[in-house]
Amino acid sequence: MISFNKFYNKFNILSASLVIISLLLLIFKGLNFGIDFKGGTLIELRSTDSKIKVSSLRDNLSQMNLGDISVKNFGNESDFLIKFENNENKNAIEQIKINLDKSFGNSFNFRRVENVGPKVSDELLKSGVIAISVALALMLIYIWIRFEWQFSLGAIMALFHDVIVTLGLFSLLGLEINLSIIAAVLTIVGYSMNDTVVIFDRVRENLRKYSDIKIFELTNISINETLSRTLITSITTLLALLSIFFFGGEVLKGFSLAMIFGVIFGTYSSIYIANTVLVRLNVSQKTVLKEDKN
Amino acid sequence: MLYFSKLRIIFIAIISLFFIFIASSNFLKFNNEFLNKKINLGLDLQGGSYLLLEIDNKPVVEQKLQNLTVIIRNYFKDKNIKVTNFKLINQNLFFTSDKNFRQIILDEFNSEDSKINPYYQRFKSHQLEIIEEDNFFKVYYSKQGIVNLKTSSQDQALEIVRRRIDEIGTNEPNILKRGNDRILVELPGLDDPMRIKSLLGKTANLTFRFVTNSSEDSFGAEKLLFEDGSEEAIVSKRIILSGDNLLDAQPRMNNDTNETVVTFSLDRVGAKRFGKATSTGIGKRLAIILDGKIISAPVIRDTIATGSGQISGGFTFKSATDLALLLRSGALPAPLNIIEERTVGPDLGQDSIKAGMIALIIGFVLVVLFILVKYRVFGAITNITLILNLFILIGILTLFEATLTLPGIAGIILTVGMAVDANVLIFERIKEELKDEKNNLIAFDSGYVKSKTAILDANITTLLAAIILFFMGSGPIKGFSLTLGIGIFTTLFSVYFIARLLTVLYVSKNKDKEGII
Repeated sequence: MISFNKFYNKFNILSASLVIISLLLLIFKGLNFGIDFKGGTLIELRSTDSKIKVSSLRDNLSQMNLGDISVKNFGNESDFLIKFENNENKNAIEQIKINLDKSFGNSFNFRRVENVGPKVSDELLKSGVIAISVALALMLIYIWIRFEWQFSLGAIMALFHDVIVTLGLFSLLGLEINLSIIAAVLTIVGYSMNDTVVIFDRVRENLRKYSDIKIFELTNISINETLSRTLITSITTLLALLSIFFFGGEVLKGFSLAMIFGVIFGTYSSIYIANTVLVRLNVSQKTVLKEDKN
Repeated sequence: MLYFSKLRIIFIAIISLFFIFIASSNFLKFNNEFLNKKINLGLDLQGGSYLLLEIDNKPVVEQKLQNLTVIIRNYFKDKNIKVTNFKLINQNLFFTSDKNFRQIILDEFNSEDSKINPYYQRFKSHQLEIIEEDNFFKVYYSKQGIVNLKTSSQDQALEIVRRRIDEIGTNEPNILKRGNDRILVELPGLDDPMRIKSLLGKTANLTFRFVTNSSEDSFGAEKLLFEDGSEEAIVSKRIILSGDNLLDAQPRMNNDTNETVVTFSLDRVGAKRFGKATSTGIGKRLAIILDGKIISAPVIRDTIATGSGQISGGFTFKSATDLALLLRSGALPAPLNIIEERTVGPDLGQDSIKAGMIALIIGFVLVVLFILVKYRVFGAITNITLILNLFILIGILTLFEATLTLPGIAGIILTVGMAVDANVLIFERIKEELKDEKNNLIAFDSGYVKSKTAILDANITTLLAAIILFFMGSGPIKGFSLTLGIGIFTTLFSVYFIARLLTVLYVSKNKDKEGII
């Protein structure tokens, strides 16, 4: 048996600092919102001429007066991603096309064009925030119905930890937040809950079974009993996600990366946050039996 | 838990076979209509354009209020009440009247059977609100009035947008209302949205009006620019003909001048008016105005009584074709703005399908190998279940002809990764049970029973997340929540029916085998 409980305090301090650092990052550095939430235009180009470099493309486009324009390679040397913010020019996409055809002789293929107006991006951001809030609220209600309040608190703290730290990491690395990241965060919420609930289920079962074991020890037993399941499921999920990350194309990179972080944090938090909350609240057999009577 | 009746086994087999069959119709051709179903590919996989259009209703409100001035004036004139000083400011109409008539005017507006201000019985609201301030009246659209106006202009705009898109002939466009002032257009397989965008971006409000020399015209006059911006002209506000009078419009080559023109034919009313205008106005210039810009302003040389004519204006064949198309399909009730656009080229779509499939296969193989190494015989059972699970999932998507997006494929891959969880929970539990229980059958039975709540909990939480995503998410993300959500049900089915059946078959033959799992 592994003594997970030896490190409860140390990892609690670590998690608390991670959450604080993440919150500071989110407040002061903020998130790198993509065009879905900030509005603007994104163009993915593929050149048939291998001699075209990102610098020459950048020089050419920056002369077009489209404001702050970002040009970079996307996945490989012949794919480019152009981004710029919303501006007065409604025909910017068409003008870029004409300009590029003129300057580089029809060697660009427009693979993807996305344009999100300011009104739509505000709405998307709002609905994204609402979606995550509703998800957290629903999980809270579900866990509240299923378990005693101490368990609910533990699960929700684990959940907030995972979401905050994942977003914090995105802020730290400057990774782009777009619609698919919202989907990833929601899936993380589901996964983290899933993981926590399975361990809690065992904790509760063991609480009923043993009246003489303290919660500090009991959580450790429960974690160990469910450990191989926790690991196997995390591994198969990570295998699937890694496969999406490496082979699923550029579009799914951010999504799968967020999910990978989320699964790792989710697995960690169900052991080191959810359970320590039970220990700190000194949950005992009485807690569970009282509920049973009700 | 471990008993399966013959009936149940047959039921499981039929369901599995049914979905495998349905799933295979994506790859095989059946002549049967019911079987010939396919999963729809989302725009991100097959390529195409997604456009969200917003109707700018402000000009409509202003136009309606402008028209209202004449109606109000005439209505009260008949009642010998003089209303004057009409002013339109910020979508509010102001006017004044003699003090003695104030109450009568208010009553006329606020009565439930008002002739000038329709009353919506259902919503207990008038179309217009009227407020009396110091010495003038303020009239504006009520909340319900605005809603009705928006709904009707959305209906009209939808019809026009559909006509324009049908004229271009893209395959299977999807044109839907969103809210009460938006229209969603999905155009699969379209790789150059520029033309559609420019066609949808034009109101195509066509009028024929005389050019006047001064602003003394009794109907009022305005200064308008020519299309090419080169010059401007003062044009009467009196409309001789409008786009409503057109029956048909076609691009043509004028053989005399070697110029591309748009020919048009008019309906009866239009032909009469055109004939009258051209007979009285010989020598005058008749301006042809599209969306507030003059296309051309030819001098009338002869009376045109045939009810047809042509518009020239330095067109290329392409621009003439587009103008003819716009005129045929009619004018939008209000300007449309494209507020969101997402276009994926067909080759990126192809690449995405390829990448998605490769990721699915690799992810699947990795998971299958890992489980096989970990659980041996039961790993094989889990893997068979996993394959069937995948078929059932694809079968359901096919049956409902659901739309598969790239995130949707990610949802399937994720389902593969998480689907084994239920079996792992069961097997791990059985392992624990076997520590105290030597009878394999009993241990398996209690393993299944005791893991049930954890499995349900785990799946409900993921399902909740998927449901929220389905209702809040848009387009591709919806596809993700769909496959993830359906995947939960197929997983539970395959774990509790297929995997359990296989497990039972194996365990009942190896009742006393030690270290069975």
